[in-house]
Amino acid sequence: MVAWTDITGIRQKIAESSAEEVTASYLEKIDNSCVNGFVTTWDKALETAKAIDSEGQDGPLAGVPIAIKDNISTNGLSTTCSSKILQGYVPPYDAHVIEKLRAAGAVILGKTNMDEFAMGTSTESSYYGATLNPWDTDRVPGGSSGGSAAVVAAGEVPASLGSDTGGSVRCPAAFCGVVGLKPTYGCISRFGLISYANSLEQIGPLATSVADIATLMDVVAGYDQRDSTSINRENNYSDAIKDDVDGLKIGVPEEYFGEGIDEGVEKTVWDAIAKYEDMGASWQKVSMPHTKYALAAYYIIAMSEASSNLARFDGTRYGFRADGDNWHVMASKTRAEGFGDEVKRRILLGTYALSAGYHDKYYLKALKVRTLVKQDFDKALSEVDVLMGPTMPTPAFKIGEKIDDPLSLYLADVNTVPINLAGVPSISVPCGFADKMPVGLQIVGKHFDENTILRAAYSFEQNTDHHTKRPEEVA
Amino acid sequence: MITKEEVEHVGWLARIEIDEKESDEYAEKLNSVLDYFGQLDEVDTEDVPPTYHVMDVVNVFREDEVKESMPQEVVLANTEHKKEGNFKSPKIM
Repeated sequence: MVAWTDITGIRQKIAESSAEEVTASYLEKIDNSCVNGFVTTWDKALETAKAIDSEGQDGPLAGVPIAIKDNISTNGLSTTCSSKILQGYVPPYDAHVIEKLRAAGAVILGKTNMDEFAMGTSTESSYYGATLNPWDTDRVPGGSSGGSAAVVAAGEVPASLGSDTGGSVRCPAAFCGVVGLKPTYGCISRFGLISYANSLEQIGPLATSVADIATLMDVVAGYDQRDSTSINRENNYSDAIKDDVDGLKIGVPEEYFGEGIDEGVEKTVWDAIAKYEDMGASWQKVSMPHTKYALAAYYIIAMSEASSNLARFDGTRYGFRADGDNWHVMASKTRAEGFGDEVKRRILLGTYALSAGYHDKYYLKALKVRTLVKQDFDKALSEVDVLMGPTMPTPAFKIGEKIDDPLSLYLADVNTVPINLAGVPSISVPCGFADKMPVGLQIVGKHFDENTILRAAYSFEQNTDHHTKRPEEVA
Repeated sequence: MITKEEVEHVGWLARIEIDEKESDEYAEKLNSVLDYFGQLDEVDTEDVPPTYHVMDVVNVFREDEVKESMPQEVVLANTEHKKEGNFKSPKIM
């Protein structure tokens, strides 16, 4: 069985044995999983690895196993958003990121579990049951890309892709002790990503090291005509992999240490900032006064966009269909039975927020508050190079603890959603432990300045050993 | 406050069937979230423009060229409900 390793380690193993052997050993590990991180494994993974061996594929990820969140379209491989309504749906095309991964030689092992339609912070709302945190299987792995983070943390795959609408890559990365990046809006094509809230979301990589994140970004980022919000801009992410934060100016928003923050998390994050000071960086407090309104604005916008994006799931063209003697009844029953409670709540609230009489009070108001939140970032990031704070205000909570109270779950996203409203890039890196659970340090940068946050994150990794810690059963 | 009747109306707009028992529970949970949203009322947004998108991408055009599209049978492969190359659904009117 394979030991926990990064992409460089895997490539070495492939060189010594074969992509087929490496793939087989990962598949065996997945078969014995204790985290329920995969919804589907790909029955052609071994065949693909074999072809890579025989063709001598030499792409940057030749033979490297990867897991894909279940809301990213994979040609010929079931893609359900962990929802009953898409049960049995097999996309007839690849997302842009999947085309890129296949061309680079990556072997897709399967699709990872998520909160239904990416709406959640705990991966408990999946139609396929909850994913468990490998550090403590009584706790959630975070969400919504909980499967993508848990399988990397459990050593079932070296890297994965998730999507981040309001923290859905960074939250599970923090809770599971792995690295996760939400790139600048427009960096990675959303073509083939099943939309939840399209003005906020980005696909993002998760891995065990910052260097692997850069390697993955070099493969999956880039312009794509099929996404009208894709930005045409060249960048080499691996260039950022340097241990150097000399002179780096860090801003610490006091608002990110607000009400409800866990003491252990607070201390761990301040220790990390002190470490940066030792390493040659400087820090100052900055103020982001609209942070407290970001959460409400985020949820109104996300739910409004969701109510429109999810209109396509009506039982007509794919997935589950209920009986009904006219189309409206069929669609209403299909959606009532096919969507889970949280998805229905968000569609209802989004529909309400956009409906006559409430549009200005909720939706338009939220868009104006979004402007103020974005201005907070513009101002703070004109004074400093990066912002730092806790990714999540607490360590991973217990399964079942918050699922019946939607608002308490929403409040957990307080430090991650402002970043999506502003569209800036942000990475979560392991920075220690609180209550024996991993804590994530969030590093936020300017638009398209991924390289500065990657360099800051890499330098931290080189000077600490938090990222080398493994959960017991997978050590 | 969203009422039970409004929940049922919004359910109809969103094409999600909600029975009477459910509408009580929805109303309660939706109201706790709407209460929270109400805090935005205290933000002064006079003269603040809305942000629909963070990037200044306005209109994206491509050349109007004929390209190959997905074959019809591939598009129809995900449903049993089809007839003569079309999707088949119950009557709509």
